[in-house]
Amino acid sequence: MSIEWSRKRVVMLVIAVVIVIGWIAAYRWDSGQTTAVGSRTVRAAAPLLLGALCGVIGERSGVFNIGIEGQMLFSAFTGFMAASYSGSLLLGIAAGVAGAMLLGLFLAWTAVTLKMDQIIAGTVINIFALGATSFYYVQGRTMPSFPEWSAPGLSELPLVGKMLFQHGPLTFLALIAPFVVYVALFKTRWGLRTRAVGEHPGAADTVGVNVIKKRYVNLVIAAGFAGLAGLHLIQSASAFNRNMTNGLGFIALAVMIIGRWHPFGAFGGALLFGFFIALQSQLQFNQALDIPPQFFGMIPYVLTIVVLAVAGVNARPPAAGGQPYEKEG
Amino acid sequence: MLLRADGLTKRFPGVIACDNVSMHLAEGEILGLLGENGAGKSTLVKMLFGLYEPDEGTISVQDKVVTFDDPGDAIALGIGMVHQHFQLVPPLSVAENIILGAEPVKRWFVDHRAADRKVTELSKRYGLDVDPEALVEDLPVGIQQRVEILKALYRGAEILILDEPTAVLTPQETDELLQVMRDLAKSGVGIIFITHKLREVLAVTDRVTVMRNGKVAAEMPTAGATQQSLAEAMVGRAVVLRVTKKPAAPGEVVLAVEELRVKDSRGQEAVKGLSLDVRRGEILGVAGVEGNGQRELVEALTGIRSVESGRFTIEGHDATHMGPRRIHSLGVAHIPEDREKDGFVGTYSVADNLVLTSYFEEPFARRGIRQWGAVEERARALVEAFDVRTPGIATKVKSLSGGNKQKVIVARELSDQNDLVIASQPTRGVDVGSIEFIHNQLVATRDGGAAILLVSAELDEIFGLADRIAVMYEGRIVATLDAATATREQVGLLMAGGSAPATG
Repeated sequence: MSIEWSRKRVVMLVIAVVIVIGWIAAYRWDSGQTTAVGSRTVRAAAPLLLGALCGVIGERSGVFNIGIEGQMLFSAFTGFMAASYSGSLLLGIAAGVAGAMLLGLFLAWTAVTLKMDQIIAGTVINIFALGATSFYYVQGRTMPSFPEWSAPGLSELPLVGKMLFQHGPLTFLALIAPFVVYVALFKTRWGLRTRAVGEHPGAADTVGVNVIKKRYVNLVIAAGFAGLAGLHLIQSASAFNRNMTNGLGFIALAVMIIGRWHPFGAFGGALLFGFFIALQSQLQFNQALDIPPQFFGMIPYVLTIVVLAVAGVNARPPAAGGQPYEKEG
Repeated sequence: MLLRADGLTKRFPGVIACDNVSMHLAEGEILGLLGENGAGKSTLVKMLFGLYEPDEGTISVQDKVVTFDDPGDAIALGIGMVHQHFQLVPPLSVAENIILGAEPVKRWFVDHRAADRKVTELSKRYGLDVDPEALVEDLPVGIQQRVEILKALYRGAEILILDEPTAVLTPQETDELLQVMRDLAKSGVGIIFITHKLREVLAVTDRVTVMRNGKVAAEMPTAGATQQSLAEAMVGRAVVLRVTKKPAAPGEVVLAVEELRVKDSRGQEAVKGLSLDVRRGEILGVAGVEGNGQRELVEALTGIRSVESGRFTIEGHDATHMGPRRIHSLGVAHIPEDREKDGFVGTYSVADNLVLTSYFEEPFARRGIRQWGAVEERARALVEAFDVRTPGIATKVKSLSGGNKQKVIVARELSDQNDLVIASQPTRGVDVGSIEFIHNQLVATRDGGAAILLVSAELDEIFGLADRIAVMYEGRIVATLDAATATREQVGLLMAGGSAPATG
């Protein structure tokens, strides 16, 4: 075990060094484009990361959440509508998170209490969110746009300044989120119990951990992250569009899997996908290559398939994932 | 008195699982709780641990009458239970498993240092050596069990209920556990020890309570009890513990294995150039501590695992690279070691499980259409003949007791005319009455002219059934002995890797 671990760490370190060197080289070659791609990488990664964290918390508690897509879309919609009618961004954010949490509660009710198949429960959420938001969406409405914050001084740094320190508030939140989730999952009592419930709910139950309650609470918290992911979409677009998630919730699931159900893994996975999304739009923007734009547009989706095929081989989800908990005896 | 139950009764729809049961346990005492599957032992201890609420009767702890709403109440009163199926979270560390649900917390965070310290302290005090940082999934079963015991002690258990703790242990691990139990008792812990194994009861307990049909059938001090008297109290009739069998009349070789090499699931060579043969009309017992390649050997011989090199023939046919169905069609029956995983489909009915190896053949299917009449007729006949205690042939197998699950497998495998029977741990976790039955079936199959390869970690079983004993150690047969002249000491030494003069 320990030998394998250190080998894995060496590989990670080598990859990190190669990326950093490549990045510096690209920056020296064309600082403008490199900064643009870097900044967009982070912006594209943020909703994927938040969505993946929703998946991480849910699956670590033993419930698959196929409905991340729907939770994101619904929060984008409720957030946009609330912000649009009230004119208050804060109210919009609150409404978005609450909307997603409502669907999180629905997932808990169907998957935990009714013991419905979790894949079906999530699919119900996706279909509901797509249908409801498309139906009630009113065209032509506008919302106040999100501010762009620059960390004083830090955003002027070369190489990383604009990439890490000049973003909308939700992007900053996304950059902090994996660290918060990591500490919560691996250092606190809540995290220990959550992981126990996701791996062996029977064991948790016999020592007095309330499995049902834990899953309810965690699915609602997790949906809050999906809510932030959905809000991040309207932060970028300053508008709501029908089906504006367009599969991002599923890519977030892929990010969770290549991240091995770990918040830092999800961070890395989200940056990888974010980079390809950024690269794709930069290439389209430059028209450097004479290739139809649809091909660039395919990149994130093709990457999803490839990455899942490769990384999915040895992926080991939490053992109790997908199974409703039934008491013995 | 540490723990006392008076007139406990628990009814389930249609059955009285516990009928006016009284028992008591003193400080530092080890009480053996014996009984066949379904005798009410589990129901009794579940009431003592707060998992079931008794319909009648009282429980008192330290001479005070108590009631439990859930296990949490029982734990708070110092009752700990080690379940037969471990309640451990594999990817978590030993310390994390032990503290789960009662974590030492500093501000917002779990205090891992305090946890490790407490675990080390407990393991020192009771001589239960564990590494608090090790992950449970990396530990052998015997150590995992220590973690379970520590978990109970961490919560302040003074009464420990051990539910068939030795069912999953190797003989060495069992000896270690019995020693741990003695040490715990010496420090004042009262222990209720549930088991089927009479030898262990005699070795470690102070007193025995025997249950039968939901009632206490007998209660006696261990001193003075014998295996025979305990077995009879359990079953309620005279039991023949020693299998009666005629001397073997070996015929031609049915299974011949030559220089077989097989890898285990991690890619390590587990069977390292093994050769043996089994003849018609004899039982070859493969003795050995578990994990010496027995599982891989059986899986290779039944076509479940691929062979690296070497070969084996069944009735002269080279079966080295045949799949399980072709091997079965050569007249090979297989009673697998892990019945839950390889022996039956739990969510299928008894009837369907009885035709798992033959559902596609006449008369159970015709032109690809299943013939329910034939399937049901066979199921009824086998349930009757093999004394499977089931509410009906449509009952799902997973709801049967361990002994009856095993009887379903034995019925399916031994009811055909077989040339070779490969039986791996055929009576693991099975009650005395069923053991007797299964043993007699195996002997009858031998006398019917089949060759039998019996793999067992139980020396009692090997000595009771085998005509020849092959001792397996580190992937090889280190000696083949005549069962009539071999001694337990001789075989035990060979199993541990020692050498002993081979006799025949």
